[in-house]
Amino acid sequence: MMVPKQSQTSDVAGTQEEGYPMSEVEPEISVDCRGETCPIPLVEFRKAVMRAEPGQIIEVVGTHGPSKEEIPMAVESLGLELIRIEEEGDETWHIFVRR
Amino acid sequence: MRPGTSSSGARRAAIIVHSGDLDRVMSALILGNGALAMGLETTLFFTFWGLLRLRRGGLERAPLSKMNLLGLGRWLMQRRMRRAKVASLARLLEDYRALGGKVIACEMTMEVMGLKREDLQQEWIDSYGTVGTFVNEAKDAAITLFI
Repeated sequence: MMVPKQSQTSDVAGTQEEGYPMSEVEPEISVDCRGETCPIPLVEFRKAVMRAEPGQIIEVVGTHGPSKEEIPMAVESLGLELIRIEEEGDETWHIFVRR
Repeated sequence: MRPGTSSSGARRAAIIVHSGDLDRVMSALILGNGALAMGLETTLFFTFWGLLRLRRGGLERAPLSKMNLLGLGRWLMQRRMRRAKVASLARLLEDYRALGGKVIACEMTMEVMGLKREDLQQEWIDSYGTVGTFVNEAKDAAITLFI
């Protein structure tokens, strides 16, 4: 899958990633989809994109495994920028996207 | 193409909702939501038994395609789906509309079944039409499905 270089690595919160120090990825919009299943995380992500202004950062947090793969697909399909994916524990993920 | 919005041409999905069964209408709505989330313009064309789901109270009355058992199967399935946190048809349709999904009601089915516009949830319906309307929507679509 074609994704921006900086999105190919997953890392833990608090570390600095190439080109994107944590201070620069403070999300303007945060969506909590923990415990939700298909297609809700994808739908809530899309709603957040509709609410966001160009350049704003959206964070989606969830536990649904396939959505961790599919939200980045939607990011690419929508022509948005995938900033980073963070893992937290066994199942929680955070996806940061710039509108 | 402006980021975060859908574009025209082949980035379009057109889905015929022919079945009125709970599981099939759910599949159609999940696919519709998925297509919208991926940035495709999406149209659902409700016809025959599918159109009955757009009647007032129609979503709550959807039977299962298999093992409906006079409604017992539906009740059990809905309970299992609630436990698995699967969205209801009403929630899926609400999301579909919120993401800009289009709904067309089949006018031929309305004639056959004696349904008037006031019998339907008109706030869910963008337009009324027959085969020409659907084909016009589907002719440039990358995804076309009959459910």
